[in-house]
Amino acid sequence: MTAPLKDITPAERARSTSFYEASARTRLELLLDAGSFVEFIGPEQREVSPHLKIFDLPEQFDDGIVVGHGRLDESPVFVAAQEGRFMGGAFGEVHGAKLTGLLRAAREIGTIPVLILFDTGGVRLQEANAGELAIAEIMRAVMEARAAGVKVIGLIGGRSGCYGGGGLIAGCCSALAVSEPGRIAVSGPEVIETNRGVEEFDSRDRALVWRTMGGKHRRLLGAADVFADDNVQDFREAALELIGLVGTFGLDKLTAEQERLADRLRRYGACQDAVDIWTAEGIAHAETVPELPADQFIALADRIGRTSRDAR
Amino acid sequence: MTLDEILSSLFPDGHEVRNDKGVLLGSTTLRSGANMLVLGVAGRTALGVDEAIRLSGHVLRSIGRDSGPILVLVDSDSQRMSKRDELLGLNEFLAHLAKVLIHADTNGRPTIGLLYGHSAAGALLATGLATRVLVGLPGADPAVMDLPSMAKVTKLSMEALEEKAKSTPVFAPGLSNLAQMGAVHMTWSQDGSLADQLEALLADMPAVRDGRDALGKARGGRLKAADIAERVRDLALQAR
Repeated sequence: MTAPLKDITPAERARSTSFYEASARTRLELLLDAGSFVEFIGPEQREVSPHLKIFDLPEQFDDGIVVGHGRLDESPVFVAAQEGRFMGGAFGEVHGAKLTGLLRAAREIGTIPVLILFDTGGVRLQEANAGELAIAEIMRAVMEARAAGVKVIGLIGGRSGCYGGGGLIAGCCSALAVSEPGRIAVSGPEVIETNRGVEEFDSRDRALVWRTMGGKHRRLLGAADVFADDNVQDFREAALELIGLVGTFGLDKLTAEQERLADRLRRYGACQDAVDIWTAEGIAHAETVPELPADQFIALADRIGRTSRDAR
Repeated sequence: MTLDEILSSLFPDGHEVRNDKGVLLGSTTLRSGANMLVLGVAGRTALGVDEAIRLSGHVLRSIGRDSGPILVLVDSDSQRMSKRDELLGLNEFLAHLAKVLIHADTNGRPTIGLLYGHSAAGALLATGLATRVLVGLPGADPAVMDLPSMAKVTKLSMEALEEKAKSTPVFAPGLSNLAQMGAVHMTWSQDGSLADQLEALLADMPAVRDGRDALGKARGGRLKAADIAERVRDLALQAR
């Protein structure tokens, strides 16, 4: 017997809901304070992609992204959540423009943080030029918002990961939280294999994919400041934590990022595999990192102590 | 035009731009007397972590030390597709380069991209598309995704894709298609002096505000982007 719904608190439901498995709408519903979400240009307005019909492909009434306004521990936030189950969460013209508009408003207001729930394979090929340009506009809008004092937090743990231009937008955010299945990269495994051969990257080797692009590696590198367990409540707590930690953007952040990335190349540029990097970071038995449960991994990552929020 | 021809036509009085394994770094003095920082990717070189960190470092060293506009020359491959680059966090390196260019542009160092050859995907996002004004030269052949790869993903024949490409600029490779989207602001003539055309642009730079969606709408390439962004912005401003 399952307990009646009314006996389950929102936090309990969020704790028992996999971020990876949930839809974009469920993620937002459980991430934000109960009942606080208001969508901008929702599916009832049927603002679909004008380009998919050229390819006889089905449209979705929200074009695969949900944007709006809500509350997090009673404070206002803007949110955008990509739906990885529609066209791989890829950026098209309408999809991208919704996020651009949200970021432009956030910049004008200056004080309301923006949460981006990435779940994307990158540019939507059927509208590749419009999607690529949308990503360029979003990157610029993120940086202009940050320069105006806005905290832009990326949450990455969806089934499509955060690939292509999505990875570049994530690199523009003030800080990131990532879960183990939340892969972050530019070229996907299949793209590398298709272009460079299976000797360069075997896309069917799932363990290789996870340890090269997955959340644990990104957390150990410091690319993501918080590692979340795969449930919506953990991401909610991560978002709250990061909003509290992130400081003001300025030239000093970019100067520090240059040093942070150059230092990474000096230390790990010759490493052949993620395990070599983890070993060089001082982790004993680095080959066991992929098997570590979340709590043990978080303790390890905190001990290694790499973060990037002051250098990005 | 070759890179040397382009540099000579842009900077007839000379320049200090060096090409080191496809990474262009340097500067020049314009006829107006102003200094211009120059960087870029040449020879269809892939943009990986090693190239990106040098380019971003060149710009950061110039901020605070110099003044004047910044020119980004682009004839690249896509981002370097390799295990090593992804292992080291290529997305951060490419984003960092774009961020440095955007920061410079919005803080008194107007940026111009000059797309004179190929470019694609993440490499284009980190260079030309991170500048305020992206100029194309005739013969440039940017491609977000090449048609054979698209055929593979979309499971359509090359013939079918080429047919569709004639009627819609939204997915097909090419300079004119990106121009119609609003990504490429203008195409220069290679018959006239590039120095004259650069000077004319610098004398009449568009505002720092990103107007590419409005440009794409005016040119009929992206009919929805500008309006959707504006509607979301208005709703968000009302919701606070």
